Amino acid sequence: MRSFKAFLLLMGVFWGVSVITLALAENKVTLLNVSYDPTRELYQAFNNAFADHWLKEAGTTVVVNQSHGGSGKQARSVIDGLEADVVTLALAYDIDAIAEKTNLLPKGWQARLPHNSAPYTSTIVFLVRKGNPKNIRDWDDLAKSGVSVITPNPKTSGGARWNYLAAWGHALKKWDNDENKAKEFVAAIFKNVPVLDSGARGSTTTFVERKIGDVLIAWENEAYLVLNQLGKGEYEIVMPSLSILAEPSVALVDKNVDRHGTRKVAEAYLEYLYSEEGQEIAARNYYRPRLQAVAEKYAAQFQSVNLITIDEAFGGWQKAQKTHFSDNGTFDQIY
Amino acid sequence: MQVRTEPRIVRYVLITIALVFFGLFLVLPLVCVFQNALSKGWVVYFDALRHPDALAAMKMTMITALIVVPCNLIFGVAAAWAVSKFDFKGKNLLLSFIDLPLSVSPVIAGLIFILLFGAQGVLGPWLIAHNIRIVFAWPGIILATIFVTVPMVARELIPIMKSQGTEEEEAALTLGASGWKTFWMVSIPNIRWGILYGVILCNARAMGEFGAVSVVSGHIRGLTNTMPLHVEILYNEYQSAAAFAVASILAMLAIVTLIAKSIVEANIRQGQK
Repeated sequence: MRSFKAFLLLMGVFWGVSVITLALAENKVTLLNVSYDPTRELYQAFNNAFADHWLKEAGTTVVVNQSHGGSGKQARSVIDGLEADVVTLALAYDIDAIAEKTNLLPKGWQARLPHNSAPYTSTIVFLVRKGNPKNIRDWDDLAKSGVSVITPNPKTSGGARWNYLAAWGHALKKWDNDENKAKEFVAAIFKNVPVLDSGARGSTTTFVERKIGDVLIAWENEAYLVLNQLGKGEYEIVMPSLSILAEPSVALVDKNVDRHGTRKVAEAYLEYLYSEEGQEIAARNYYRPRLQAVAEKYAAQFQSVNLITIDEAFGGWQKAQKTHFSDNGTFDQIY
Repeated sequence: MQVRTEPRIVRYVLITIALVFFGLFLVLPLVCVFQNALSKGWVVYFDALRHPDALAAMKMTMITALIVVPCNLIFGVAAAWAVSKFDFKGKNLLLSFIDLPLSVSPVIAGLIFILLFGAQGVLGPWLIAHNIRIVFAWPGIILATIFVTVPMVARELIPIMKSQGTEEEEAALTLGASGWKTFWMVSIPNIRWGILYGVILCNARAMGEFGAVSVVSGHIRGLTNTMPLHVEILYNEYQSAAAFAVASILAMLAIVTLIAKSIVEANIRQGQK
């Protein structure tokens, strides 16, 4: 039995050592950026650039940790206590939800940074397989029978909500603002959806790696990532006749930065997104930059398209969320 | 001598079905894991394993197992001992509670801790006021893992201890041994292989748990990712080879577990003869 006691003792020692290591590991200046799904590559590049910038500027090393997932799910985690210093989510409503359900940041957060706190924009495009075998040109083609459409779940994914509203906006324009027609049209699209993933990245994986579906409704940046990094020549991007201006928003989480003592560096982090270098990195990752000089430099990369905005077409996110994505909203009625 | 009445053909069909099933659903996926892991060569494979985030995930997983397994070991032995050697009120209730984690979906197990310790939860405000982090940090991961692995050791020991009865302990006590001494010199040696078996199962589950941990982890790269979560992240970042490289470590762990399990099982059978 001596060996067994020794075994227990060894366990005890391991336990002590592991607890001490963990305690030591906590002793580091870090920021936590809680973000949505397709921004992984963007923030990987941006965090490195910011770390260099901050080292020169303030002389301190900053490590930015990342957490990614569906935008709604990520907001939920922050509400439940994930201690984000900054949130960079897919749409303003998810940050509104944090402000509404907690006192972590003020309700007027969106006015604190330029351009509605959205340092880069994006839009919704179609990704189809090589040669466009189903000849998908516009939103109407997605509602045809026999076309398999991949999009994530609007309940959990920010990107999916932009997809949904873009389709809705197209129908409104086509049928002269007839909400019932729009509902029928979007219902017909969702009849063609075989898998609803919880986040945009999950949908891309379904389309690209599991080879399900004829068309992926995706963020422009996500579509270009697939085009240029995953399957050169295997996919094509189709620009619909009308799409939506997606403004992924960023915000400082006041209560958390004050508790961590990271307000200054977190503010600098978000402001750096608007700097020339930050905008360059965004453009390189296929997000549409706000800064004129950078936008001109990368103009060839982004096709111009007729864009509706959430405020004009839907009266803002609060209203859109309530009509379409809350319990018994239009999405619940059609799916 | 064995007596066989079934025709030969029935036996062959049954054996073939079993082997095909085994091959299709167990061996083939396992081979795929290793094949995918090495699809871009050994350099990519080892780079994936050496990446700081991968190392952090491995560390997190190991620490989790190192804390969870001893906790369950102590709890499992105590619970099994109480249930099999004594009669008391609420014994059946305790038995049902030990089984509870097996019947609860891991996602629910994770959400329980969010509801309890989350910022909107019952204890959340107090924890925040005292700057204690439970969910979205390592304590949450450990709690969730303990929850799902609670039955592992206890379930293994209860039948063994029950079948052994209390005679040996009674003999030791009549001969003048103290309760503590009886426990260490009689009870524990009788179940040591059972303990080991339970520890192996518990360890495997603790290292491989995905659902419950995914809910409470917050998915912070390099901080609160365990190996299974890291595999998912890599896969979602289109780094299949790297994802399968980390997965192959988990697969190897499973194989080692399997071997250790069969050795221990053989020893249990020998002990019972």
